[in-house]
Amino acid sequence: MASQQQDTGSTGAYLIRRASILGGAAEDLLIRDGVIAARGTDLSDTDATVIDAAGLVALPGMVDIHTHLREPGREDAETVETGTRAAALGGYTAVHAMANSTPVADTAGVVEQVFTLGRAAGWVDVRPVGAVTVGLAGEQLAELGAMADSRAQVRVFSDDGICVSDPVLMRRALEYVKAFDGVVAQHAQEPRLTAGAQMNEGAVSAVLGLAGWPAVAEESIIARDVLLAQHVGSRLHVCHVSTAGSVEIVRWAKSRGINVTAEVTPHHLWLTDELVRSYDPVYKVNPPLRTDEDVQALRAALADGTIDVIGTDHAPHPSEHKECEWAQAAMGMTGLETALSVVQHTMIETGLMTWADFARVTSTTPAAIGRLADQGRPLEPGEPANVTLVDPAARWTVDPSKMATMGRNSPFAGRELPGKVVATFFKGHPTVLNGELNTPYRWLPEGTDAPETSAAVQP
Amino acid sequence: MKHLLGTEDLSYANAIRILDTAEEMAAVGEREVKKLPALRGRTVVNLFFEDSTRTRISFEAAAKRLSADVINFAAKGSSVSKGESLKDTAQTLAAMGADAVVIRHWASGAPHRLAATDWIDAAVINAGDGTHEHPTQALLDAFTMRRHWSRLAGSPSAGADLKGMRVAIAGDVLHSRVARSNVWLLRTLGAEVTLVAPPTLLPVGVEEWPCTVSYDLDETLARGVDAMMMLRVQGERMNASFFPSTREYSRRWGFDDNRLRALDSLGLKDTIIMHPGPMNRGLEISSAAADSPRSTVLAQVRNGVSIRMAALYLLLSGDTREPATPTAAYSKESH
Amino acid sequence: MTSVPEAPVPAKVQLSRVVLNQADIDRALTRIAHEILESNKGSQDLVLLGIPRRGYPLAVRLAAKIAAADPAVDPAAIVGQLDVTMFRDDLSHQPTRPPYPTQLPSTGIDNKVVVLIDDVLYSGRTIRAALDAITDLGRPRIVRLAVLIDRGHRELPIRADHVGKNLPTSSAEKVRVRLEETDSAVSGENSGGAVNEVVIEATA
Repeated sequence: MASQQQDTGSTGAYLIRRASILGGAAEDLLIRDGVIAARGTDLSDTDATVIDAAGLVALPGMVDIHTHLREPGREDAETVETGTRAAALGGYTAVHAMANSTPVADTAGVVEQVFTLGRAAGWVDVRPVGAVTVGLAGEQLAELGAMADSRAQVRVFSDDGICVSDPVLMRRALEYVKAFDGVVAQHAQEPRLTAGAQMNEGAVSAVLGLAGWPAVAEESIIARDVLLAQHVGSRLHVCHVSTAGSVEIVRWAKSRGINVTAEVTPHHLWLTDELVRSYDPVYKVNPPLRTDEDVQALRAALADGTIDVIGTDHAPHPSEHKECEWAQAAMGMTGLETALSVVQHTMIETGLMTWADFARVTSTTPAAIGRLADQGRPLEPGEPANVTLVDPAARWTVDPSKMATMGRNSPFAGRELPGKVVATFFKGHPTVLNGELNTPYRWLPEGTDAPETSAAVQP
Repeated sequence: MKHLLGTEDLSYANAIRILDTAEEMAAVGEREVKKLPALRGRTVVNLFFEDSTRTRISFEAAAKRLSADVINFAAKGSSVSKGESLKDTAQTLAAMGADAVVIRHWASGAPHRLAATDWIDAAVINAGDGTHEHPTQALLDAFTMRRHWSRLAGSPSAGADLKGMRVAIAGDVLHSRVARSNVWLLRTLGAEVTLVAPPTLLPVGVEEWPCTVSYDLDETLARGVDAMMMLRVQGERMNASFFPSTREYSRRWGFDDNRLRALDSLGLKDTIIMHPGPMNRGLEISSAAADSPRSTVLAQVRNGVSIRMAALYLLLSGDTREPATPTAAYSKESH
Repeated sequence: MTSVPEAPVPAKVQLSRVVLNQADIDRALTRIAHEILESNKGSQDLVLLGIPRRGYPLAVRLAAKIAAADPAVDPAAIVGQLDVTMFRDDLSHQPTRPPYPTQLPSTGIDNKVVVLIDDVLYSGRTIRAALDAITDLGRPRIVRLAVLIDRGHRELPIRADHVGKNLPTSSAEKVRVRLEETDSAVSGENSGGAVNEVVIEATA
């Protein structure tokens, strides 16, 4: 099928026929000029391109609250261009790009650079995340306000990769971001308890002779942070929750009305530390793969809302950082192109969640946390047309060499997964059609009157 | 058997085979011509990423007694300074025609990566990887114990195992690949194992291991041991608070002269004292204990060459080239 | 020596036939024992080294017969076992075999008259390996070879000094020696019991 080139600004018209909206009844969606123009049965529009979506599920475009685009500085691992292509193929229309680039995104200058790269690429809405501390060093607050006011309009701040371990600094950060409705996203990892850690501390690490990363190092930080958030009346987001104990703490905090949100990665919903017995560094990740007991607790927590969102923590690495001894290998797994399938396999096909729940945890709630006014919206007339079409009956085998991400480090390589993204509409323009990349969205030049030039802040 | 990576998955049959073959190899060491032509034309590479003259020489002697050619490769690079990658090093060796690679590495799992990937086709022998396994050490320890145990029973060692032998292993279990390899092999051979250490030097999850765990060395001796193995303890561990001082460590968990005397007063006249070496005299073992007639330290070193000859012979002499198959890693996770 | 394994030859339906029974074997060994004493002009310095597996029990039987003929001989003192696994020239083409023990008589082999004993002489390679093994163990004055069966098809210039029976065979046939010390009966009313026989086996 020929690529659907988009004229600047206008996005043409698309008539999606008989899609199961959020897994419910089949209806048509008419997309025109960047919005959902109509929704109903037997719609017609003479100059719209028709997409037969019988058997497909229509979802609001996915929003990743946690991803690593590596640019600037680590373009050997990924660029904004390749990473956002992967995101679009994975059904995403917005991603939050973590700040641990080189240089670190701790100034208005760097976040604006990432923002501009995202605009130029045009595949998804790239929302840069600002670092909490200068250089991620954990000593001094970065200019959070400047980043919030910049063209990037940063609302999520994180030193992800590193824990904000100093309790006083964490307190100050939680307090300070209230001024601009920001949120601190904590990578919970007590540094001294995890010095030199290689994998989850447990029965497997004892046998394998790899230094352990105990669950308590994550849980103790989360416990401290929810109490701090309560004390200063701020909201807190916890990145990649990985243990049953962490789930308990978040559940307790929410029951006391603490404003905390929590995220889980697709791989933590499926894989366990038994895989590390092969010493294959593709399974090396931070936080590490845990036990089956933890996996079951995370699934239950995502289903009951204790965990609010899916965050891929997409972390591509060049092959030489994974084709080596375990201790030398970098930590991280790719995830943008496998997230939907893994969540379908672990949560929907097990009956723990419906597609409506899926939309909540992959679109509505992450958009709310990031304060994205035009993402995670209902699939109703008048709303921005960020729509993903999925074929839940499809089966595909993961082949990293065929992925859009430069990273070949997928722990699902060789596995057959369910569910395939057939089309992704970003602002009414199809970035993905027939399961393949189409063309990127071309933004209006800045300065012209359009809602795209600044991310409106949700009330 | 294509590789010797550890003792955890070494079957009883293969373990006995290695021990029995080592008996014959030991006999070669007593002849005037200490050489066999069995591995003539084969090339064994000693790939050592960690300094260890003793183990390297032992493997070298073993290979040479079987008429193999030996190449020593002291790889540069450590956890601190990155040298040539393991992959490139391995492929260079393959290009040089290595039939076997004896690898010692500071990173747990490095030999497994070599064996699992397609970087080399050679047989891989683990000469010690990180804190994970040291199979030839466990085998030579078992060989030493077996000769002693069979002699006490008045039967030949060939074909025998260690059923009923009470073995205590004391020291830094957490950081010891020798401890791990010994626990698995001794379990396979039917011995009863007790690990003795301060709680800080025992791994989380040790309760699931096939052995008893004790914090009290004197009580363990009182219950009766046939072989007492002392592991090396690094004094610097006290700086990471694994124990308060070397003095307190020695007093509570070191095999000192008091405990040596206790073996006599407890009537344990046949109990042997073992140590994989190198020893910290005065820390985990007293000089008197190390030099006593009960000590098998030198026999262990001698037996090391025989065991390594057996391992090299069994891996290399036959037509053992099987196609490499990637290990199936998906079996044990959630669905 | 057990026969060299070969590829199966199609459609030859020959039944196994016993070419030597227990009594035949015993007579052959008696004759070999006397030949050994005759060649050596007595029992002085004699050492019998059996090649595992079946050469060794044959060596033990020969030693007993020699002692019966010459009472000055202590049969246990002149018998030994010589394992040749490590010296074979076909190691890399076969699956690995663990070696059998090598046990020499306490008087050693230096300056002795060593008689190698094996059950079947075929290509001669086992005996070549045995000669190499002996060289590493000492320096006998003389080395001779006694075999129960010589089935021809030599691949090296090796000849036995004493032969129990010459058996012309085709290379498609297998010669099986069964001795009560090492084997049990395969079939028949004695199945599982002790057996002494030499059989040429059918290939089907």
